[in-house]
Amino acid sequence: MALDVHIAHSLRAFDLDVELSVREQTLALVGPSGAGKTSVLRAVAGLLRPQRGRVALGEDVWLDTSARIDVPPERRRVGVVFQEYALFPHLSVRRNVAFGGNANVDALLERFRITALADARPAELSGGERQRVAVARALARDPAVLLLDEPLSALDAFTRGHVRAELRQLLRGLGLPTLVVTHDFEDAAALADVVGVLVEGRILQLGSPADLVAAPADAFVASFTGANLLHGVAGPGPAGLTAVALDAGFTAYTADAGSGAVAVAVYPWEVAIARETPDDSAVNHVRAPISSLVSLGNRVRVRVGPITAEVTAQSSERLRLTEGDVVVASFKATGTRLLPAP
Amino acid sequence: MRLRPFETVLWLSAAAVVGFLLLPVVAIFTRVPLGELFSQLSNDVVRDALRVTLRTNLVAFAFIVVLGTPAAYLLATRSFRGRALVLTLIELPLVLPPAVAGIGLLAAFGRAGLLGHELSVLGVTVSFTQTAVVLAVAFVAGPFYVRPAIAAFESVDPTLLGAARTLGAGPGRTFFRVALPLASGGLGAGAALSFARGLGEFGATIMFAGSLQGVTQTLSLAIYREFDLDFDSALAISALLVLVSGALLLSAKLVSGWRSTYTSLIPFGRSISTSS
Repeated sequence: MALDVHIAHSLRAFDLDVELSVREQTLALVGPSGAGKTSVLRAVAGLLRPQRGRVALGEDVWLDTSARIDVPPERRRVGVVFQEYALFPHLSVRRNVAFGGNANVDALLERFRITALADARPAELSGGERQRVAVARALARDPAVLLLDEPLSALDAFTRGHVRAELRQLLRGLGLPTLVVTHDFEDAAALADVVGVLVEGRILQLGSPADLVAAPADAFVASFTGANLLHGVAGPGPAGLTAVALDAGFTAYTADAGSGAVAVAVYPWEVAIARETPDDSAVNHVRAPISSLVSLGNRVRVRVGPITAEVTAQSSERLRLTEGDVVVASFKATGTRLLPAP
Repeated sequence: MRLRPFETVLWLSAAAVVGFLLLPVVAIFTRVPLGELFSQLSNDVVRDALRVTLRTNLVAFAFIVVLGTPAAYLLATRSFRGRALVLTLIELPLVLPPAVAGIGLLAAFGRAGLLGHELSVLGVTVSFTQTAVVLAVAFVAGPFYVRPAIAAFESVDPTLLGAARTLGAGPGRTFFRVALPLASGGLGAGAALSFARGLGEFGATIMFAGSLQGVTQTLSLAIYREFDLDFDSALAISALLVLVSGALLLSAKLVSGWRSTYTSLIPFGRSISTSS
């Protein structure tokens, strides 16, 4: 069954206008804070009545402003995991999960490994434990649609990694139409089959995470998915390439066509780092000191001039990279995307 | 350590304030040895006043809590045009001189008052009856409950109310199972202060209900009557009221203190913004 959502609602700074269809899959809405993501979830749950809109699960219409239908939240079959979880602070874990009634609470506690915490109050739990209680509580009413608002943002970096993997497995297993809201593209890419980038109330691009990275619709989507953005002015270059005179002071070559004010998008994993300018097929070279080195597990993010590169920890060690070293960052003309400047 | 002049001024001011505020209370107890308190309290005037006070205050208090709690919940959780004005009007009795409150109640419910005709058709006389005492107490003490009750409901995270709704609870069940328990600390503190204020009601009561022994004469009114006739008896009633008021103040502090430690157990700041 598919969840069909169309919502038009004026918010303080802009108008929200979103149309989505979610089949038995996970759709993530990503975007900066204040883009209207949470308003979409609240409208689907029935906690916000949009000025115009329609929300339906298959034949079951929950909201239709033109037909004056607005089913109250308690009669919509939604399970919601709220931002920071909104557990009832005055109730034990068991009573939080049992609040929705009629489910086999013991089985849920068992399934989410919170049986031992059944009598604890939410204030006594860790972030990861709270997240499991919140998910168990949302599932206790046997919902037909699942809504998750920033399910990972209240967690520390260490917990986040494995909770993300756990949640991904859970969502795959449930097979419910699921809407996740997050400001983090990596979380969206890990959890969702389809990602919609929501900015100022509108969906800029909707596609699989791989689509968004491979072909970002514009500079915002590119930077949101983690690309370097180099602004400049494009003109014809040698060998059919486009030359972009960058604001940063050098020229970049790209295989995409374009002219005028543009942004060149380069993903960090398309950028190689060397001590000397390499003699290879890459045509773009930036020679500059390393301004920062950030280790992310088995990868290292290296900031060279205006560009962030991602290299393996192994090659970072082999090159003995340290901050302040002058190195060369290289990327191919085909490793770039030319996008209209925002 | 030598105190600087400014520090000295601060300490002296604080000592003067505390001393001045405590002196009358201490004086009552130096004049009435605790042992004699009970024998002084056994005369008819005091016993009648105690009975009238308890009865009228319990009825008024029941009205305040039963009507004030849902009203406060509505005002705390809905936004509508004129809300700020309503909140200010609710506070008006807090600052109104008690004599004005008494005149106002007479003008509204008295024989020649706004509702006087309707009430007399129903065969109801309000002024100078126990009903008048109840109305005077409810009018003066009501805002002492409703105001903190609004604040208590406002401090309940609206996301929790929304969460209850998505978990199948209708508005009523959400109120009783989530809003009410989470606001209970603030409600309890407000109730204790309101009750204490009602016990001490004097000005509006004497104008609207008079001071008839056994009918409308409350403890505060009895003090006023006794201090001409039997000063020791007036002192004894005063001492009793000091003890009761002190106990109510202490319980208000304990209840609201219990609540604040309870919420501070929540380690993250709870998000209030739900607009994005």
